[in-house]
Amino acid sequence: MTVFSLIIINKAGGLIYQREFQPGLRKLSTNDYLVLAGTFHGVHAITRTITPKLPYLATTPASNTSTTTSSTPTSATALASPSGTTTPIPNTTSTAATYMYPIPGVAATGLDSLETDKFRLTCFQTLTGTKFLLFTDPHMANVEPVMRKIYEFYADFVMKNPFYQLEMPVRCEAFDRNLNGWLRGRT
Amino acid sequence: MAQPPRHAAMLSLSNSNSNSNSNSNSNLSTASDSRQPAHLATASHSSTGLRVPSNRKTIYDRHLNRSRNAELSRASFAFLFAEMVTYAQRRVTGIQDLERRLNEQGYPLGLRLLDLLFYRTISGSTSSALSSSSSTSASPPNRPLRILPLLHLIHGPLWRLLFNRPADALEHSVSPDTPNEYMITDNDPLVNTYISVPKEMSMLNCAAFVAGIIEGVCDGCGFEAKVTAHNQPTEMWPGRTIFLLRFGESVMEREKVLERAGVK
Repeated sequence: MTVFSLIIINKAGGLIYQREFQPGLRKLSTNDYLVLAGTFHGVHAITRTITPKLPYLATTPASNTSTTTSSTPTSATALASPSGTTTPIPNTTSTAATYMYPIPGVAATGLDSLETDKFRLTCFQTLTGTKFLLFTDPHMANVEPVMRKIYEFYADFVMKNPFYQLEMPVRCEAFDRNLNGWLRGRT
Repeated sequence: MAQPPRHAAMLSLSNSNSNSNSNSNSNLSTASDSRQPAHLATASHSSTGLRVPSNRKTIYDRHLNRSRNAELSRASFAFLFAEMVTYAQRRVTGIQDLERRLNEQGYPLGLRLLDLLFYRTISGSTSSALSSSSSTSASPPNRPLRILPLLHLIHGPLWRLLFNRPADALEHSVSPDTPNEYMITDNDPLVNTYISVPKEMSMLNCAAFVAGIIEGVCDGCGFEAKVTAHNQPTEMWPGRTIFLLRFGESVMEREKVLERAGVK
């Protein structure tokens, strides 16, 4: 049940928050974190764009058509899903109604999780475009509620803070305090 | 901050003339509210924004205690207060200036709140007597004449009206040089729940707004005072705030006269 660190990326791909909660991952320089955030933002957009569209009648069992790019030692899993926002890739079929996305009725997520034998990166994108990247133990179950709680803290202590400027780095002491306290109470 | 903002919200019902009646109205009422449906017929003042219901009953006709136990969304207050702070931040010269502005925003609220507070504490009989001295006597509570009853009024009933709980501590200055200073402590002020003050403004405490309310209440009672809010974080309570009340010379002189006269 280890949560290593959290990264928040704004909708433009800039790093606005980075905190380490428990040691276990190698530290990067600030600049590297910025690069990581920007790169992830790009990769995320690409994985969303390459979401395959299935012929409407194919009804392949809702397997999460995972594009697995294995590059030692990391394997990336891109969970693709239907999207109203991605521009439809020119398809063999002519109209939009003739194809569907792997998981019907689920908003586009792009890259969802990335797993190595040392850690798992879970990405959660809010409807407003902010991305939360959580680095956890690969065996940790129930990352979802942790993510939801972090989002709740963000909505409370960052967005309700009159001194926070949108899209700028998060320096909210109450956010840090509550997040740390909650994560410590969980373990 | 329970009722007063709520009244303000009710007042600002937007102007729409005929058709949108009870549904838009009930949007604003809380679930616990068991009001008779105020049907809004064609507004008589079509030019102004104030709508008048068909039975001629405006919110001024309702009983003041109706919203006594009504609740207000904490989130909506947080957003409103955040906007107030942002608004006060415009064109300020420094932290003191900003605190002064927040104080000025709270001051009129305190003056107006005082009447509601008296009204409710007197009619509300059982639970909260107006002051400690009068709670023992059988006579109906008066307005506070001495400093101590006033402080108890602020510490108890006012805090309960605003934040639904009493304040955490009430102290008198120990220094002999400043007998006119009193301190009211709030361990976790509601207004600061979601606010993180940046490091470069570490002196700022947005509870200056609450200090303004207290100042208004003191002035309304005839006690000239200056009230300021100060950070005093502890390990347990990182947002602990002390409201420092400095009463004016005239108040202290009157206090001595009243003490000699034996007025409580």
